[in-house]
Amino acid sequence: MDSIASHSLDFFDGDRSVSSKTVARSVTNRILSGICITLSLLTLVPLASIIILLLQKGLPLLGTAIFTELPPAAGMSGGGFGNAILGTLVMIAIGLAISAPAGILSAIFINEYAPTSRLAQAVRLVAKLLTGIPSIICGVFAFAAVVMTTGTFSAYAGGLALAVLMLPTILLTAEQALMGVQSAYREAALGLGATRFQTIARVVLPDAFPAIMTGVMLAVARAAGETAPLIFTALFSQFWAKSLNEPTASLSVLIYNFSTVPFPHQIGMAWTASLVLVAFVTIANIAAQTIFSRKN
Amino acid sequence: MKLTSSWALCLSIATSLAFVTTGQSQQISGAGATFPAPLYQRWGVEFNKVQPGIQVNYQSVGSGAGVKNFMQGVVDFGASDAAMTDDEIAKVSAGVVLIPATAGEIVYAYNLPGVIGLKLTREVMAGIYLGTVKKWNDPAIVKANPDLKLPNNPIQVAYRSDGSGTTYVFTQHLSEISDDFDDQVGTDKSVTFPVGVGGKGNEGVTALIKQSPGTIGYVEYGYAKDNGLSMASLQNKSGNFVAPDIASARDTLSNVPLPENLRIWPVDPEGANDYPIVSFTWLLLYKKYPNAEKLKALKEFVSWGLTAGQSFSESLGYVPLPQPVVEKAKAALDTVQ
Amino acid sequence: MSAPEKDIISPAGYRPAPDLFRILCQTASLLTVLMLGWIIYEILESAWPSIQKFGFDFMTTSAWVPNRERFGVLPFIIGTVASSLLAILLAFPLGVAIAIFLSENFLSASIRQTMRFVVEMLAAIPSVVYGLWGIFVIIPIVKAFGDWAVGSMGDFPLFSGPAYGNSLLTASVVLAIMILPTITAISRNALASVPKTLREGAYALGSTRWEAIFSVILPTAAPGIVAATILGLGRAMGETMAVAMLIGNSSRLSWSILSPSGTLAGLLANQFGEAQGLQVNSLMYAALILIGITLIVNLLGEAVLRHTQKQTAGIR
Repeated sequence: MDSIASHSLDFFDGDRSVSSKTVARSVTNRILSGICITLSLLTLVPLASIIILLLQKGLPLLGTAIFTELPPAAGMSGGGFGNAILGTLVMIAIGLAISAPAGILSAIFINEYAPTSRLAQAVRLVAKLLTGIPSIICGVFAFAAVVMTTGTFSAYAGGLALAVLMLPTILLTAEQALMGVQSAYREAALGLGATRFQTIARVVLPDAFPAIMTGVMLAVARAAGETAPLIFTALFSQFWAKSLNEPTASLSVLIYNFSTVPFPHQIGMAWTASLVLVAFVTIANIAAQTIFSRKN
Repeated sequence: MKLTSSWALCLSIATSLAFVTTGQSQQISGAGATFPAPLYQRWGVEFNKVQPGIQVNYQSVGSGAGVKNFMQGVVDFGASDAAMTDDEIAKVSAGVVLIPATAGEIVYAYNLPGVIGLKLTREVMAGIYLGTVKKWNDPAIVKANPDLKLPNNPIQVAYRSDGSGTTYVFTQHLSEISDDFDDQVGTDKSVTFPVGVGGKGNEGVTALIKQSPGTIGYVEYGYAKDNGLSMASLQNKSGNFVAPDIASARDTLSNVPLPENLRIWPVDPEGANDYPIVSFTWLLLYKKYPNAEKLKALKEFVSWGLTAGQSFSESLGYVPLPQPVVEKAKAALDTVQ
Repeated sequence: MSAPEKDIISPAGYRPAPDLFRILCQTASLLTVLMLGWIIYEILESAWPSIQKFGFDFMTTSAWVPNRERFGVLPFIIGTVASSLLAILLAFPLGVAIAIFLSENFLSASIRQTMRFVVEMLAAIPSVVYGLWGIFVIIPIVKAFGDWAVGSMGDFPLFSGPAYGNSLLTASVVLAIMILPTITAISRNALASVPKTLREGAYALGSTRWEAIFSVILPTAAPGIVAATILGLGRAMGETMAVAMLIGNSSRLSWSILSPSGTLAGLLANQFGEAQGLQVNSLMYAALILIGITLIVNLLGEAVLRHTQKQTAGIR
């Protein structure tokens, strides 16, 4: 530091003590920037490591059979996890069928009808709290509410657990989306004699739709990757599901199950499934952002 | 509104896809123990090749849930590492037939580079899991292994953190041979050991052992063998040290006197060359099935499993049933109507 | 939904009717609020036999012995708190550094955009994949570090041996990476909402960039960063799969971060499958405690965040 300081001093004509202090400050400034940049770039290490490992171990088994065939039994080769992909999609669909209407309608109520009401405040608080509820609790809840009542693990139970998980994300982003609609639009519509419903359905919702879809896609991305809510609600199945009221396979549970077996082919399947899942989640996230940025 | 309807559309498409049926096939559903699940699921696939009209779906939900589902009648057969208690059997109005379907052998697998052929006395077997035998060069271990160079390192103990039939059979044996173990830990599917680190599933424990030299743990034989782990010879009731392998386990199982209901645990087998920790695992069938088609399919499947199916056992790490046991099991299967 | 103008001015638009849609929305809102109540009720109901039997002792005893019907979750509560705190300790400096990086113009906007994407990708990776990755990558590193730490600092209780690969430290390292996006995103918002005038004022008075950051920007954004940390803590406490795969799932208490430990969420994931009778009730009780802890932490985080927003609104 000394040498840099004295070297730099040549550029200054003024008071020596002041300028040496200035230089020291500028050096400190640079060092801190360097530390900050280094720490930030450090984040690349785990991500790169995860992606490399996923490609290395997941790619070898990737093929079309993955999407159409059933999981291989122990000690067998070949196979895929078509039923797990379908199961994940079906349970996300069930989750959405519950959480999307509930979340969007609630958001409409707390932003369009009664923003300052007690109920609206309660909804906002509950939504924030639901965001913080551990995902495994969603599973415990669905276990108690559905599995213990019906006596069987099912796609319904898994779907309900995912719905609880998705609800706050959809609700809170939908509220933000509605807030983003300029109030002049509403006033204009109402001024032209539209009812509240017409204003919401014809003016507010179309304008907020892309941003609401962003929230929905984010919720889908989050739900797709969750294992904890499904391990003891939907459980797993080796076969194509014949109804929604029976144990159902999912990608995330397949990864969890197959990563803890001694059969190399099944472990390979777990990696391939991880790769597919991460790709799906990433696409859902990018879709969410694209929808959002297109709107802006 | 458009939003919800489009999702409703997605849902209905997905649902209709899920409802694709497989034609005229006979469906048999079973649920229960996780330990034999890889074998039963493999049987399902292989049997389907022999009998394309019959599809067997086995869900590994755990022994406890398997028994529960079986008692509620929501499955065609159950499976349990702990069979069923008399109380549970009494509650099933259609009657219960227990069929031993395969067997397991639990080993002490360890990771000590350069140390092969470790012998564990009964005292040490319990002591390790009680935390009283702490170092690899503990005098009690050295005494039984005078030829081995044992390091002055702590013994790291690995156990199953999830509930499992493996833990049940293992703790049952240790409780039998050690009063201290019975007092302090006892027998169950999930217990609390005073020492060690927990791994989920046989593979979790196997991984723990592989990762750290100085670790010992109990796993099913197949997992230790497939992963190339060293396995200790265990001292049996007659005082002999027996190495774990499929042959010694089969010998042990053929010596077990099977009772009428076929429910028995060789908790501490007496034969001079018996490997001490082995166990059957059972299929739970009803005595009477109202549906003749289903009955026929189910009997065909179980009968196939007891004979041709046994050939898949060894490669997956299970112990094929000895012939006398197969005979008794088939006789029991014949009583199912 | 297209061409709304025509309908709005049509006579039908004037029809006064009870606003069914409002009622529908209100019902949805009510259901949302009731959802939390329903969750707590279902779990409370299933936990009741255990609550009656063990009462408060459940939280202060450390025996989890299903075969003796003795249940206590103290080690799991401590493990939950300890692993999350350690994760925060690791993630906090990183998260704040990234947040500063993203809100300052050290490097070009495109690099910052990429960096932001990287952090968001970290949030997109499923927990179970983190678990798999942790087994392959982090466990060997932590094990090597642990052996070294026991050798050189073994007398210090936090690093007493033997060192395990599946340990509190392993779980915390992976947790730290998992909560990084949460901390970064909220901290970045806090930094971004610091009014420009404050920064300009600092520069005008001759501050260097970092003098401005330390003396003006960070103090102004501090409550927001605190909130980010608390919410990150909440997230870490509820994380399940990765932790269950890495922490070693032990119910023994130990000072050493190199020893296996256990968390409430991990306990649930491990034991629900084969649990029966009172064990199920006790697991439900444990779930209830987990809800309690995370709710308190999140309420606190939200309160701080709200307070901050009010404050910065004042400055603007």
